Order: sequence, then C-alpha cells, then structure tokens
Amino acid sequence: MTPKQRMAIERATMPEQSAEVRGANFSEVNLGLAEAAAVKEAQRCLQCKHAPCVEGCPVAVRIPEFLACLAAGDIAGAAGILQADNALPATTGRVCPQETQCEAKCIRGKKGDAVAVGWLERFVADWAAANNVQTLSAPAQLTGRKVAVVGSGPSGLTTAGELARMGHDVTVFEALHATGGVLRYGIPEFRLPKRIVDREVDNLRGLGVKIECNVIVGKTLTVPQIMEEFDACYIANGAGLPMFLNVPGENLKGVYSSNEYLTRVNLMAAYKPESATPIARGDVAVVFGGGNTAMDAVRTARRLGSRRAVLAYRRGRAEMPARTEEIHHAEQEGVEFMFLVAPLEVLGDEAGWVRSVRLQRMELGEPDSSGRRRPVPIADSEFEIAANIVVVAVGTRANPLLTATCPELKLDKWGNIVADENQMTSIPGVFAGGDIVRGGATVILAMGDGKRAAVTMGEYLASLDKKD
Amino acid sequence: MFEILSNDEIAPLVHRMVVRAPRIAAARKPGQFVIVRHEEGDERIPLTIADAADQAGPLTLIIQAVGQGTKDIVATEGGGGILDVAGPLGMPTEIEKLGRVVCVGGGVGTAVLYPLAKALAGAGNEVVTIIGGRSAPHVILRDELAAFCKQVLCTTEDGSLGVKGFVTAVLKEILEDDARRPAAVYAVGPVPMMAAVSDMTREYAVRTIVSLNPIMVDGTGMCGGCRVTVGGEIKFACVDGPEFDGHAVDFRELASRQNMYKEHQCRLDDQANSPTAGGDK
Ligand SMILES: Cc1cc2nc3c(=O)[nH]c(=O)nc-3n(C[C@H](O)[C@H](O)[C@H](O)COP(=O)(O)OP(=O)(O)OC[C@H]3O[C@@H](n4cnc5c(N)ncnc54)[C@H](O)[C@@H]3O)c2cc1C
Ligand SMILES: Cc1cc2nc3c(=O)[nH]c(=O)nc-3n(C[C@H](O)[C@H](O)[C@H](O)COP(=O)(O)OP(=O)(O)OC[C@H]3O[C@@H](n4cnc5c(N)ncnc54)[C@H](O)[C@@H]3O)c2cc1C
Ligand code: SF4
Ligand code: SF4
Ligand code: FES
Repeated sequence: MTPKQRMAIERATMPEQSAEVRGANFSEVNLGLAEAAAVKEAQRCLQCKHAPCVEGCPVAVRIPEFLACLAAGDIAGAAGILQADNALPATTGRVCPQETQCEAKCIRGKKGDAVAVGWLERFVADWAAANNVQTLSAPAQLTGRKVAVVGSGPSGLTTAGELARMGHDVTVFEALHATGGVLRYGIPEFRLPKRIVDREVDNLRGLGVKIECNVIVGKTLTVPQIMEEFDACYIANGAGLPMFLNVPGENLKGVYSSNEYLTRVNLMAAYKPESATPIARGDVAVVFGGGNTAMDAVRTARRLGSRRAVLAYRRGRAEMPARTEEIHHAEQEGVEFMFLVAPLEVLGDEAGWVRSVRLQRMELGEPDSSGRRRPVPIADSEFEIAANIVVVAVGTRANPLLTATCPELKLDKWGNIVADENQMTSIPGVFAGGDIVRGGATVILAMGDGKRAAVTMGEYLASLDKKD
Repeated sequence: MFEILSNDEIAPLVHRMVVRAPRIAAARKPGQFVIVRHEEGDERIPLTIADAADQAGPLTLIIQAVGQGTKDIVATEGGGGILDVAGPLGMPTEIEKLGRVVCVGGGVGTAVLYPLAKALAGAGNEVVTIIGGRSAPHVILRDELAAFCKQVLCTTEDGSLGVKGFVTAVLKEILEDDARRPAAVYAVGPVPMMAAVSDMTREYAVRTIVSLNPIMVDGTGMCGGCRVTVGGEIKFACVDGPEFDGHAVDFRELASRQNMYKEHQCRLDDQANSPTAGGDK
C-alpha cells in the first residue's frame, strides 16, 4: 500500500450503544471495532521510522510494529508484540488518555485524525482473549527468589507479571476481597467491564503469580514482616484516601466520597438488583470535580436514575483533566456541566438528608503551581440548587495505613513514598510505584513504574545471588 | 475460605462463632475488628474480635443477627466457611492502669466490650461491669465477665434479671458514690445508650470511651463512609477509632447516618412528591 493510499483512509468510528439505551444500563458504551474496520484503521499508520507515537506512550509499546502486523491481517503477531510490552492491553486500550499520549504524538494527527491506537490495542487484546492467544510464559526453572507485591492495582499487577516471567516466586497481597485496584472498584463497568480485569488477572495466575486477598499490609502484616519472609517487596497500594470539601453539611445523608459511591456500585455491584449492598438514589445528583473520577460518578448517578446529573467544576471546560471521550459520552448521556462554580455548603432537611447545595461562581485568575489558571471567587455570586445526592470527587491522597507501620520508609510532605527513577525506596529491597509515589496519576503511568521496578528488582535479586 | 470451627447460639439471635484466620489472629489486639463477607455478592460486615487472648488460636466473633447479612452468617454451621475475613482493623484500645474503671455494655455491645474489659483487668485495673438487655436471655457473657471483674451488675428492661431499667440508672449510683466513682468509663452498645452514658459522665467529669459502629465499606480508610464528627473534626471510625472520647462525639449525626439505608426505601417512594425535587432556586 502506498502512503497516499494510507492517507486516503478515514479514521474508523467506534460503534457504541446509543445514548438513550446506555443511559439506563451499565453495559459497556463502546462496542469495539469489527475485524475489517480494525485492519483498515491499522493501514492508516504510516510506519514512521522515528515513531513519535512510541515516545508518547509511557511504557513504549512498539506501536508501528503491532500495527504493521494488524494491517497485514496477522492479529496473533500483533498480540504477541502487545503482550510483551504491556501487561494489561485490553485495559489500557480502553482507559488511557490516548489524546494526550500516543495519539497526541501521531504524525497523522498533525493534519487530520491520529491513528486510533487505543481502539486497535483494545481490538487486538480482545481478539487474543477470544482466541486464547497467550504468548507469555514463565520459565520452567524458578530462580528460588520470593517477591511480595502489595496491592493488585495496575502497578502491582504489572510488576507481578514481569517478575513471574523472570522466574521469581511472586505473591500479591491485596487489602480488598477482589483484585484490580481502581480498575475494579473505581472505573465503572460501562467503561471497563470487570470480566476484562478478571481475564487479565487470570493471565497472571497462569504465569504462576499467587494472589492473597484480605491481607491489609500495615494491619494483617507489616512491611518489616514481609521482608523477613521475602527477598524483595514492591509497594503499589495506590492513593486511596478520599479528600472532602471541608464545607458545612458534608456529613449529611446522601453525601458520598467518590470512592464510596463508586465502590458500592462497582466492587459491591450495588447496581445489580441481587447485590446486598445498598446505594442511595435521588432525583438530582451533584458531583464535585472535573477528572475521570467525577465523570464516572456523574454518569453512574445518571444510570441509577437521577433525572438531573450535574457535574460542578471550579475551573472551565478546557481545564477538565478527564478523558475527552468520557466528556463527550457524558454530554450525550444528558449530564449537565456547571463550570466555574465552587461549593460553599451542603444543606439538609429535618431528617438529615441532603436537600440542596450552595455554590459560588468563580473566574479564572493567575496560573497556579500546576500551570492552570487559578479559580477565584466572584463576590455576591452565591446561589443554591436542589440536590438529593452529592458526590465529592476532588481527589485522593496517600493512605497512611501501610507507611505508619514502616517508619524507616521515607515519605514526602504529602505522605507519598519517595522512590528514585528506578523505583527504589529508602529501604534496601523495598521498591514502590504507581499512585502511592506519584499521587493520583494514570493507569499507564502506574504500569510504567511497575515495569521499571521489575527490571531493578530483577537486578537486585541477581545481586543477592552473587552475595550468597 | 475461612473455616468456621464452631457456631453456638448464646442468646436469642446472638451467636458465638469461632473462625480460623491465622494471619489475623497473630496480629490482633483488644479493640480491633474484622470485616467479613459471607458469600459472593454479600455485604462486607464489620465484627469485633471478641477474644483477644490467644494469638495463635482462632478468632471468636459474637454476632447478633439483625439484617440479612448477619442472619446468613449465623445460619452457617460449624465446618462451613466464610469467604472473606479481613483484619485486624481499627486502632487497638489504649490499655492503661487507671485504678477503678466501669465498663458498660448494652445488648450485643457487651461482646465488643468483653475483650476490652478483659485487657483492662489484665493491666491491673479494678473492673466493675454493668451489662443490660431487653430481658434475661438477652444479657450475654455474664459468667465470662465475672471471671475477671470485681463485680458484674445486670439490668433488664422487664426486670427478669438484675435491676429493672437501663444501665444508666446503675451507673448513676456508682458515679454518685465517692468511694466507687471510677477513673474512666468504657461504654459500648446502641447509640442512644452510649449518648446517655456520655451525657451522664460529663456531669461528673469522668473520662468516657465509647466504641462507635457507623456503616462501613472497606474498613481501611478508603471510602470515608464511616466518618464521624469528634470534637468538631471529621474522623474515620475504621482507622482513627472505633474508640473515641464519648464527650466529644456527635451522637445525633452518628444516629442519623446509621439510619441511611433503613430510611432510604421510603424516600424513593416519596420522591415524586418531594418538594426539593426540581430546578434551580
Ligand atoms: C474513578 C477513577 C477513574 C479513573 N479513570 C482513569 C482513566 O480513565 N484512565 C487512567 O489512565 N487513569 C484513570 N484513573 C487513575 C488510575 O486508575 C490510577 O492512577 C491507577 O489505578 C493507579 O494504580 P496503582 O496500581 O498505583 O493503584 P490502585 O489502582 O489504587 O491499586 C492499589 C491497590 O492496593 C490495594 N491496597 C491499598 N492499601 C493496601 C494495603 N495496605 N495492603 C494491601 N493492599 C492495599 C488497594 O485495595 C488496591 O487494590 C482513574 C481513577 C479513578 C479513581
Ligand atoms: C467496628 C464495628 C464493630 C462491630 N462489631 C459487632 C459485633 O461484634 N457483633 C455484632 O453483632 N455486630 C457488630 N457490629 C454491627 C454489625 O456490623 C451490623 O449489625 C451489621 O453490619 C448489620 O448487617 P446486616 O446486613 O445484618 O443488617 P442490615 O440492617 O440489613 O444492614 C443494612 C446496611 O446497614 C449496615 N449496618 C446496619 N447496622 C449497622 C451497624 N450497627 N453498624 C454498622 N453497619 C450497620 C450494613 O453494613 C448494611 O450496609 C459492628 C459494627 C462496627 C462498625
Ligand atoms: S498503553 Fe496507552 S499510551 Fe501506550 S500505546 Fe497503549 S493506549 Fe497508547
Ligand atoms: S506516529 Fe502515527 S502514523 Fe506514525 S507510526 Fe505512529 S501511529 Fe503510525
Ligand atoms: S469504612 Fe471506609 S473509610 Fe472507614
């Protein structure tokens, strides 16, 4: 195919459930590309020699290589490349902010539309699962080294897989009763079906990774205890502590942190009639925040039956950190956006249920430390809107549960674990990565840390062999 | 799967279950709890570890069947299993030698109180315990407490055992008496009882520790659902507690939040007529 022919192909469109239908169910919105459409989309790739797209990917997936296989119809070959580079391709294909990463750097995006790398990654990963193509394996001969991984989110799962492929004996300790971290309890079914998380975790078990749930490191076991039993440890316990608004009325009934709201619905499946877990529903839901979490919460409220689902954000549309695709989907689903507003107070009725929220209008002032323009209140601009459900999705912090029982571990002023560029912490043999080091970030950055940690840990374990 | 070694009914709807959970057993301290999930699809239920004695042995849980979740658990025979048991959660009780202390238990709260009272006695305190229940069969752990307490006083609402009335009446007598007034009171039971005890001891300036039981999900500080207001500050009961200074707790808020899902169903029915439903004001 000539470059000209490739240039002539238009970007595929993702088939999706119509907004009317999906507004009332929790099934996945995006239905996935058909094989012919995926192959055609892969043919749009110009196979750039310097591959700028790869620079945009935090784990450096060999994008042109896997697209070349796919374009030639060799899907199994594409799967092999993808699986070797990325432990959770069916997940990242769905949730990476591609528009700021791989696709942002794509040459074809300079004039027109970037190659749909994310959708193709998803297609290949789903195809591999449907056809039982698993190209990775653990060596028959184990090294005899034991490694513990704390947390089964994307970062911990990635490290576990990489270390198992090197032949180490890996045990993952997870605090909750189920694996996946935010992939399980945070990101909703309609964006990332839980069968995909199950499948990715099963693949790891297939590599010999042991997973022990219900182990809360810091409570059930401590890091020093782990280091007595294991040769090395990777800490990837995420940034799971919810932040609140610190305004009056926040403890009224019907006010949730996004962590609680989404955990009830996702981990505990409160959206299914057969689930034992209750969730409050209401006519009007107001969600505070502008990131992926806020978007997930407001779309969840809509699906749980709120007639009005309002996303209230203190900056403007352009400053919203959420994925572009989710913002579009939310709009189609009838979510209302209220920009440049900040909460002042949550008001309740006699029975202690939330009744309304009082807001203040903001305008954008000088840029702050994040480089975004800081919202400043406009005088005398207060107003009130009715609300029966309020979800606070303004970010999370490091949970001190683990670090409190491991005082030698160096922390920064926010309580995050300090790790160097090789994910090494202040304790020899103890490594860390993902949100606990970065603060709330992205799935693929957490995975990138996991990959890097596995390399350093492999070297560390080899150095132990020399000492023995 | 965590094996249930035994399951005995010790009072109407109250069961003592012994569960094998070696990692938790090795780490537990008095005042801590576990979160259990009986089967796939079930709720996560917080339960106090009701015996802090033998670190190597199994865990004892004392469970009152109140709703579907706890009913299903107590219906599982010895030899069966619980799918998930996670813990030990919460801060252990600060056990100090204070001299004379009074422990007050109401209903199944007595089960939560038991390991605490035992640890207090073990630290050399003189422990007087007041336990209450609706009627004689509802008063639990009387003999077990008597084994290490100086005195165990019982109250029942119908007078079928001990003093007729509430635990607070007996507590008041002790507080009034200079010779018996304690250095501290530990109260565990329904919210109205803990609130009443705290109100009473405030008058006598006697330090009071209560054990709170808000609705929980994870038990690790992740959801914030268990938040309570203590001394004007938000605390997460699962990680900062469950024990707090009774004189600083906002019990009204706690009682209201505990009812969240009990009231919820009727709110849904009422919704169409709700005056607040609707647009901007
Ligand atoms: C609602 C929501 C939506 C998001 N959407 C996106 C998106 O679309 N795209 C994107 O790239 N990113 C998204 N993110 C961010 C992304 O999910 C996180 O950056 C990523 O999951 C971090 O991975 P992690 O492995 O470091 O931690 P986590 O995923 O948080 O996993 C940590 C795990 O450790 C466990 N754990 C915690 N403490 C302990 C302990 N003491 N002992 C044992 N286990 C413990 C936790 O239970 C959890 O399973 C979203 C986040 C949220 C909350
Ligand atoms: C730290 C702590 C320790 C506890 N220790 C014990 C114990 O040792 N023995 C014992 O019998 N009970 C104990 N409880 C109370 C026990 O957890 C509840 O009775 C149980 O959750 C009720 O669940 P259910 O499904 O049977 O009831 P339902 O009424 O059907 O529950 C409905 C919902 O409300 C929640 N809920 C209802 N009542 C309570 C409550 N009192 N506290 C917390 N959540 C509640 C449930 O989790 C569920 O989400 C403790 C609670 C806490 C927080
Ligand atoms: S992992 Fe994410 S950033 Fe990397 S190629 Fe895949 S979708 Fe793009
Ligand atoms: S930049 Fe775009 S066109 Fe070039 S190799 Fe990467 S995906 Fe293909
Ligand atoms: S139960 Fe979730 S934070 Fe306490």
